[in-house]
Amino acid sequence: MIDTVTHAIEDPDHVQPFAELGLKPDEYQRIRDILDRRPTSSELAMYSVMWSEHCSYKSSKVHLRQFGEKKPETDVLLVGIGENAGVVDIGDGWAVTFKVESHNHPSYVEPYQGAATGVGGIVRDILSMGARPLAVMDPLRFGPLDAPDTRRVLPGIVAGVGGYGNCLGLPNIGGEVVFDPTYVGNPLVNALCVGAMRHEDIHLASAKGVGNLVVLYGARTGGDGIGGVSVLASETFDEGGPTKRPSVQVGDPFMEKLLIEATLEVLHSGLVEGIQDLGGAGISCATSELASNGEGGMHVWLDHVLLRDPTLTPEEILMSESQERMCAIVRPDNLEAFLALCGKWDVEAVVIGEVNDSGRLTVDWHGERIVDVPPRTVAHEGPVYDRPYHRPSWQDALQADGPDRLPRPSTPDELRATLLTMAAAPNLASKSWVTSQYDRYVLGNTVLAQPEDAGMIRIDEETGRGIAVSTDCNGRFAKLDPYAGAQLALAESYRNVAASGAIPLAVTNCLNFGSPEDPEVMWQFAQATTGLADGCLELGIPVTGGNVSFYNQTGDTAILPTPVVGVLGVIDDVDRRTPMAWGPDGELIYLLGDTRDEFGGSEWAHHVHGHLGGLPPMVDLQRERLLGEILVAGSRDGMLTAAHDVSDGGVAQSLVEMALRAGIGARCWVPDGLDPFTFLFSESTGRAVVVVPRSEELRFTEMCAARQLPAHRVGVVDSGLGADAGYPAGTQVLQFSDQFTVTLDEVRDAHERTLPAILG
Amino acid sequence: MRIGVVTFPGSLDDRDAARAVRIAGGEPIPLWHGDDDLKSVDAVVLPGGFSYGDYLRCGAIARFAPVMHSLVAAAEGGLPVLGICNGFQILCESHLLPGALTRNDSLHFVCRDQRLRIEDVTSMWTSDFDAGQEIVIPLKNGEGGYVADEATLDRLEGEGRVIARYLEVNPNGSRRDIAGIRNERGNVVGLMPHPEHAVEALTGPTTDGLPFFTSILTSLVAAA
Repeated sequence: MIDTVTHAIEDPDHVQPFAELGLKPDEYQRIRDILDRRPTSSELAMYSVMWSEHCSYKSSKVHLRQFGEKKPETDVLLVGIGENAGVVDIGDGWAVTFKVESHNHPSYVEPYQGAATGVGGIVRDILSMGARPLAVMDPLRFGPLDAPDTRRVLPGIVAGVGGYGNCLGLPNIGGEVVFDPTYVGNPLVNALCVGAMRHEDIHLASAKGVGNLVVLYGARTGGDGIGGVSVLASETFDEGGPTKRPSVQVGDPFMEKLLIEATLEVLHSGLVEGIQDLGGAGISCATSELASNGEGGMHVWLDHVLLRDPTLTPEEILMSESQERMCAIVRPDNLEAFLALCGKWDVEAVVIGEVNDSGRLTVDWHGERIVDVPPRTVAHEGPVYDRPYHRPSWQDALQADGPDRLPRPSTPDELRATLLTMAAAPNLASKSWVTSQYDRYVLGNTVLAQPEDAGMIRIDEETGRGIAVSTDCNGRFAKLDPYAGAQLALAESYRNVAASGAIPLAVTNCLNFGSPEDPEVMWQFAQATTGLADGCLELGIPVTGGNVSFYNQTGDTAILPTPVVGVLGVIDDVDRRTPMAWGPDGELIYLLGDTRDEFGGSEWAHHVHGHLGGLPPMVDLQRERLLGEILVAGSRDGMLTAAHDVSDGGVAQSLVEMALRAGIGARCWVPDGLDPFTFLFSESTGRAVVVVPRSEELRFTEMCAARQLPAHRVGVVDSGLGADAGYPAGTQVLQFSDQFTVTLDEVRDAHERTLPAILG
Repeated sequence: MRIGVVTFPGSLDDRDAARAVRIAGGEPIPLWHGDDDLKSVDAVVLPGGFSYGDYLRCGAIARFAPVMHSLVAAAEGGLPVLGICNGFQILCESHLLPGALTRNDSLHFVCRDQRLRIEDVTSMWTSDFDAGQEIVIPLKNGEGGYVADEATLDRLEGEGRVIARYLEVNPNGSRRDIAGIRNERGNVVGLMPHPEHAVEALTGPTTDGLPFFTSILTSLVAAA
């Protein structure tokens, strides 16, 4: 029997399974207060999903407000936080939108579909702003490479990311693959998408214009992705009814490709007044958000929804997270043209409702009223919690346990062995086992892709205007000091974008943490958000949006706090990008910035000693800003042939990656005042390795001196060192004067063998 | 010269193919899967992608598209056709080329910069290459393993109809390292790697793919 509003009034004492749906008793009471009666089962379903942590940000909201409160003075933000994705002005009338979201839990349960639908969901967010999606990136975190759990989830997640993105026709241009024991049972799948549009094509999720129609189009609605709602469904169905579908959604990238083309065509034809993608919470979310952002009223005929399974109950239809669906607000006189364009792309579309000025969201099921609520109370006025937090009891001991006591390599042989060991460490090793499963070429505008510092795509084929994006986070740093850790993630991402030659403009984030109900985790979250907000203010780049993922923990063990930060930059002409591979013989290798003895949370301490303790490297955002300006100027004025940021693994890893990318060796030396170990493996921030043609050396070093950025010449590109070092003529080597020599072949072998050795 | 580029539902590299035609000096003409009008084009590119999602055998549904009815007849009459990746699969499904493309032997999708040797320069799409020329262009496929019976493979090799072979690495388990083939007449070519992604130094690993698109213009001018 359908639970109608009339029924709810007549039977006020009906016991409802709110706890099973994840609502607390006071939250349930609040719904009763809002409605002045008990909710119907459909209303209960809507509130329970929309008031979930995932949709309402109820535990994080009080902290996320800082991103708005501390927003730097900026004129690049066209659409800010709160919409499907923020929109940034990149000049020449172009607008770019980008966002990163988590799909962690589904990817653990069902790696392939969890990861695939993570990509699909973020792509629809970008599409719903009116932008053509142009590229994706995927920051991933796994347990140790050799853990059985990793071997279960990693291949499936990578195949899912690739399977969906490749079939959708979006190049995958970057991301991360990081291993740490805390991610066993809690893999992180964050998905980023970036898209572009002309300024006039920006669209928002709002249902404006009384009498306008609500059109649902794309895939049919099925029983997939229904989580807690099955509790309600089980009340309605007798035994022998349909079995419960999996809570993980199933993706159809082909349908998403059609949805993109159809959506862009209806938008560009001026047929759409407002648009919203369907993701978490499905029709409940789309209708309540559209209504809440618009005239405030909407009526929905739920039985008009096209179904994959005719036995679905109204509660299930409202909650279904079936993928590849969009909701558009269309004027009645445009409906025919809208439906025709959908038909052109073989996309099904149906009118499911109408905009009105009732101030209510009403839903009928075969003529009976099953929902009658104020839409704002569903979409925007959910509960907000200022959860208790405190500094963890173990934080001081962790910070006191510094890396100073760890034995360090000192002889040339030990340093050589350490360099090879580090190049092969899972976190530093080549990720081509992963990235070669992603199409990086489709659309023909990819200028830089992994393993480059940032992904870069051309936006305008006439002018060469383009963008660069990087995502970064070192969770170990964040564990040692969440405030500094978030700023270090920001700094690294900022530096990577600048190293490519692009000017950093805006920030998105995906904040992955343990349980917010644990005050120590909540402290990490509060610290990290404050650090990130303060850091963005200092760097002068606004946060445009983001996503929070809580409950990433097994038992009492939370993941490393992992505030993944994505930075977007603009470059006037992608022809001026700075790649990572250095140029021909004779070019000079410079290390920019200050190198200190900083090994807390370093990859060396982690990989060689299994140690995590002490303090992370010092944060100096003014220095990062200066370094960024020098890197961008060097690119713009043609002074640099290559640049690579220094981060995980230190200068040694940067030099190894640049040499391998070029296939050309170099002679390097330790600058005065540094011991070889610190020079090679310290992870001091605010540094980059750049390569300068001899003809530009004076101009470049004078610029650095004038701006007071330390620049040390640490090497020269040289393809002819092999014979002198005792190898066959032509052998490419990395030589560290007075220390040791390694051939690129042995470094490459170490670097590239690690992942295939375990993953096949 | 008017070079048609067909868009099927799920075509992905159609924009890239059109760009390559333009850079080579041709005029790209969009052709729609549902329309059997070939718009008087001088040649046709079937681009890469996942037509109809490739949920059935790759290319198996695309061959029944209205545009293919016209195209098969025109190709049999001599219209030059280049099928890239999914386009190659469609040409095989349409029986314009022999053999089939199967799942990579690695069972993974693979995207890499692939070295090839151009072995036949008599086709209308390879005439601007030198025989034996080695090139590097992107390869990206999940089902790119070329298979045919031994007799067919022998005949393809005997008649010089293998237009390109993989060098260094066979990325997908193709028989006899075959990366691309042509029909007897030389107007229809199927190629698994993607020359349209190697026409600009900025975005491709090389510009080695461009001669595929200049070749057809040269061939058409010579034939005119």
